[in-house]
Amino acid sequence: MELKVKGEQKELDLKKNMGVSCLDSGENMEKYDYSELGLKAGLEIHQQLDSKEKLFCRCPTLIRDTGEANFEFFRYLRATESEMGEKDRAAVEQTKIRRKYIYKAYDTTCLIENDEEPPRGMNREALKISLGVAKLLNMKPVDQMHVMRKIVVDGSNTSGFQRTAFLAGDGVIETSEGPCGIDSLCVEEEAAQKIEEIGDSIVYSLDRLGIPLVEIATAPDIKSPRHAREVAEQIGMILRSTGKVKRGLGTIRQDVNISIAEGARVEIKGVQALDLIEDIVRREVERQLNLLFIRQELLERNAFVCEEIYDATGLFVDTKSKVLQKGVKKGAVLAALLREFNGLVGREVQPGRRLGTEFSDRAKTAGVGGLFHTDELPNYGITEQEIQALRDAIGAGPADAVIMVADETEKARLAIEAVITRAKEILQGIPEETRKALPDGNTAYMRPLPGAARMYPETDVPQIEISHEYYNSIETPELLTERAKRFVSEFGLNMELAEKVAYSKDLPLFESLLEPYKKDAIVNATLIARTLVGLIPELRRSGVETENLSEEHFKGLFAAISTQEIAKEAIQDLLTALAKEPELNAEEAISQLGLSAFDPAEIENFIKEMVREKGDFIKEKGPAALGPLMGIVMKEYRGKVDGKILSHMLKQEIDSFMDQG
Amino acid sequence: MEFKQGDRVRIEKNGTVYEGKVMPSMEGYVALKMKSGYNAGFSVDEVRITLLESEEREKDANKAGVKECKPRAEEAASRSGKLPKVAILSTGGTIASKIDYRTGAVSSQFTADDILTAIPELKEIADFKGRVISSILSENMDQESWQNLAKAVVEEIKAGAEGIIVTHGTDTMMYSAAALSFMIDTPVPIVFVGSQRSADRPSSDNAMNAICAACVAVSDIAEVSVVMHGTTSDEYCEIHRAAKVRKMHSSRRDAFKSVNSLPIGTVDYETREIKTLIDYTKRGEKTLQFKPGMESKCAIVKFIPGADPAVLEHYINAGYRGLVIEGTGLGHVSTKWIPNIQKAVAAKIPIIITTQCLNGRVCDRVYDTGRDILKAGAIEGEDTLPETSLVKLMWVLGQTDDFETALKMLKSNLSGEVTACTLG
Repeated sequence: MELKVKGEQKELDLKKNMGVSCLDSGENMEKYDYSELGLKAGLEIHQQLDSKEKLFCRCPTLIRDTGEANFEFFRYLRATESEMGEKDRAAVEQTKIRRKYIYKAYDTTCLIENDEEPPRGMNREALKISLGVAKLLNMKPVDQMHVMRKIVVDGSNTSGFQRTAFLAGDGVIETSEGPCGIDSLCVEEEAAQKIEEIGDSIVYSLDRLGIPLVEIATAPDIKSPRHAREVAEQIGMILRSTGKVKRGLGTIRQDVNISIAEGARVEIKGVQALDLIEDIVRREVERQLNLLFIRQELLERNAFVCEEIYDATGLFVDTKSKVLQKGVKKGAVLAALLREFNGLVGREVQPGRRLGTEFSDRAKTAGVGGLFHTDELPNYGITEQEIQALRDAIGAGPADAVIMVADETEKARLAIEAVITRAKEILQGIPEETRKALPDGNTAYMRPLPGAARMYPETDVPQIEISHEYYNSIETPELLTERAKRFVSEFGLNMELAEKVAYSKDLPLFESLLEPYKKDAIVNATLIARTLVGLIPELRRSGVETENLSEEHFKGLFAAISTQEIAKEAIQDLLTALAKEPELNAEEAISQLGLSAFDPAEIENFIKEMVREKGDFIKEKGPAALGPLMGIVMKEYRGKVDGKILSHMLKQEIDSFMDQG
Repeated sequence: MEFKQGDRVRIEKNGTVYEGKVMPSMEGYVALKMKSGYNAGFSVDEVRITLLESEEREKDANKAGVKECKPRAEEAASRSGKLPKVAILSTGGTIASKIDYRTGAVSSQFTADDILTAIPELKEIADFKGRVISSILSENMDQESWQNLAKAVVEEIKAGAEGIIVTHGTDTMMYSAAALSFMIDTPVPIVFVGSQRSADRPSSDNAMNAICAACVAVSDIAEVSVVMHGTTSDEYCEIHRAAKVRKMHSSRRDAFKSVNSLPIGTVDYETREIKTLIDYTKRGEKTLQFKPGMESKCAIVKFIPGADPAVLEHYINAGYRGLVIEGTGLGHVSTKWIPNIQKAVAAKIPIIITTQCLNGRVCDRVYDTGRDILKAGAIEGEDTLPETSLVKLMWVLGQTDDFETALKMLKSNLSGEVTACTLG
């Protein structure tokens, strides 16, 4: 492994010199040989269920506008001991700062969300949906479900824990790189939505708290960034196949667990977009490799971390640096001395993130804004002289790095302690931790990996037996991939359109609209599919408020086409009109727009008249006159009469004109 | 396969393997705590179980083991001597509850010392001494429990406690607090405190309630009081007079309300500042007196439309020594009940009329029925809560056997249970 890292060094250095990140590598080329690096990755997918009620209360699963909140209250949380008499390390770290959690409540939330009433029994609809998913993932259910309390003290659960139950294990899905095991499926409560942070207070909205969620964890069978994405896509498809999951931003979240040989298991939380998964995996591998490389260099330099915390406040009483001035005023400027770290604190571990950023992330857990390190100084108004004075005062040589934090004394002390801990860790290896996904594919420290100490039984909810009869009675839906294939064979859709419809949230609408027209000559699956997944998004992009369109509008539209009251060409105009005035029905809109098919006699007259006028042209061109003349007819009737019918009528008229000579 | 609770086992079910520790299981199932921390149950008939490690061996391997949490009779916490001396008397209940790792159930096996460990802020407020009185759920308490508790409180005051905190289950806290307020004339604060959310959860109200209670225990409010959340937020606690407080919600943190009175005051959680709202008895104003007598053969009878007057007769014949009637509105029962009220009074059984409205004062001089009730010999409970009236009745009958003396005592304000003017 050491050789491996050294081998990588050139590559990394080269990469840095060129200023390119590994993400810029070619479409089909991966930067690293992941199997050789010993990549182990697994996914945890959290998907909200579209049940009528929440998991442990009878409130609706409605997301509200925070402006509609009708009540607000606040709480503090404390880390408590588990039933085994231990405190969870993540909980302990998170309660270092006393945070005030402010909650917004609604007329659609109740005392259970407020942690003011014991939970009701588990929502059976959610349980059934979850077991349906377990079946699709070829899992084996437990015989008796136990609801647990998982300690979460970031305020996102009013109780300080999340209720969760293990339902099934030992599943598998097939992927292009072989089978991927599914280790567990749990049904749990969604957390409250974080709205904002105000100083040490965090505001949460309670509408989301308690919405049922399935958490699916794969085995560490994922082999590459691309494979991670494939597995996530496939599980997402399976979830959507149930037709019982919520859709839209934030309703599905992926966590990624990653480690490489010599690295450590890191859990990355909250990857909201599928597109980001590959980048997250690549960049975490890169981070672990770079940290291992830095460690190697530190070991070669015999680097070590001093335990002592230095009070440097006195050195900065007259500083011109505004940030430091503020710190001095608040309390203290404290410093830590890292022997032989010079130059490495500023070393990049991910594009734009340095070892110093990792230190800073830890410092922030104490509630400070950040830190300064000598690799980035002089800067922020801090002068070369001041740095030298600091170095002299604490006995730091040119090969050493110094870290500074300026804030209230207690916060600064906790922050520097956290930095010292992190600095010592780098000499050991990669720390196991929970990190949060950043929008650019990088990650930032969140908290230590929680242990089993965070889990104890929820005694307010009775256990539920999952009998064979019950599990066997749960029907599994057709997978969306299969459904798309069926749309191709059964209704003659092309594969692209079939997939688009099958994966769309309008799938139930498509099926309901298609029902009466399965054998219709004019209205067919392709027309309905094109309208729903082609035309509608197009109209939406051009500013039409398509969300106003109801199923009734579409039914009226296709009925009118089927009876040839209007032509297919009129669809766009009609839907635009209906979206503008949704109180109209299709019939009313048709007559208002004058879209009703024209009296055939009138069209015949129009064509006859035109043919007579253009007689010379027809005589000259013969049957080839059809094209140009059709243009004139279409100009008159486009969108009102089916082009095929017009063309047919025009051809007949030309033929009879020519026959008459 | 032989195995027992606490053992580490492997379970195989149709080729799927789970490993973990055996937890308390329901008939027909084996419940397993897996490495992930999750518990799940498996049907015993369908699995193959292999013992991996017995509990004893694992305990030997891991010397630290699990903390024992048996109640001890008396514990001494550190005494620095600078802070006021406060005794914490624990009677069980949610504030003193803890998860039992074996059963997973919330139990009341939690001592005063455990409270100090869990809430270290308390040590900044006073110098505590812990004492376990009982470890029972508050619904299982009776008049003897009240007397034992009162006796212990008096002992602690005599031993120099400058304030008393009683941790108590919330369900019947108002009865115990009222009982102590009648039994003890106290020169120091006696503060009842509990929690509505069990102590195992990070959101428990136990810490804030205990901290506020400690502030009251070292204050100059020398009354028996109940200190609990004032709102659903962790903002302030209310200090309720024992004789005026009632649990008014089955689950909310701010379940306790003073009825027909303002609270004595509030304690701000952030600043720990006490603001008083009404007059109160100050530290040292009273000298310690203890009158523990209690007559438990008393009852509350709730009148409902159409209620058979034979209900009253039952209590008279069963030898009850006093009755509180929860009447309707201003304090009424049907005219059919009046002969039996007369009968009770003739048998020297005091009858106190209270109102099921809870809020407001009884007034039996407005309507004929009321006047007939008074004529029959019943006493108006004024604006006293029915439950407080019952405790008062029990205590009065425990103090005297003389009917006239008892009536006189029942008509007077003994522990702030009657207010002179009804709160608007």
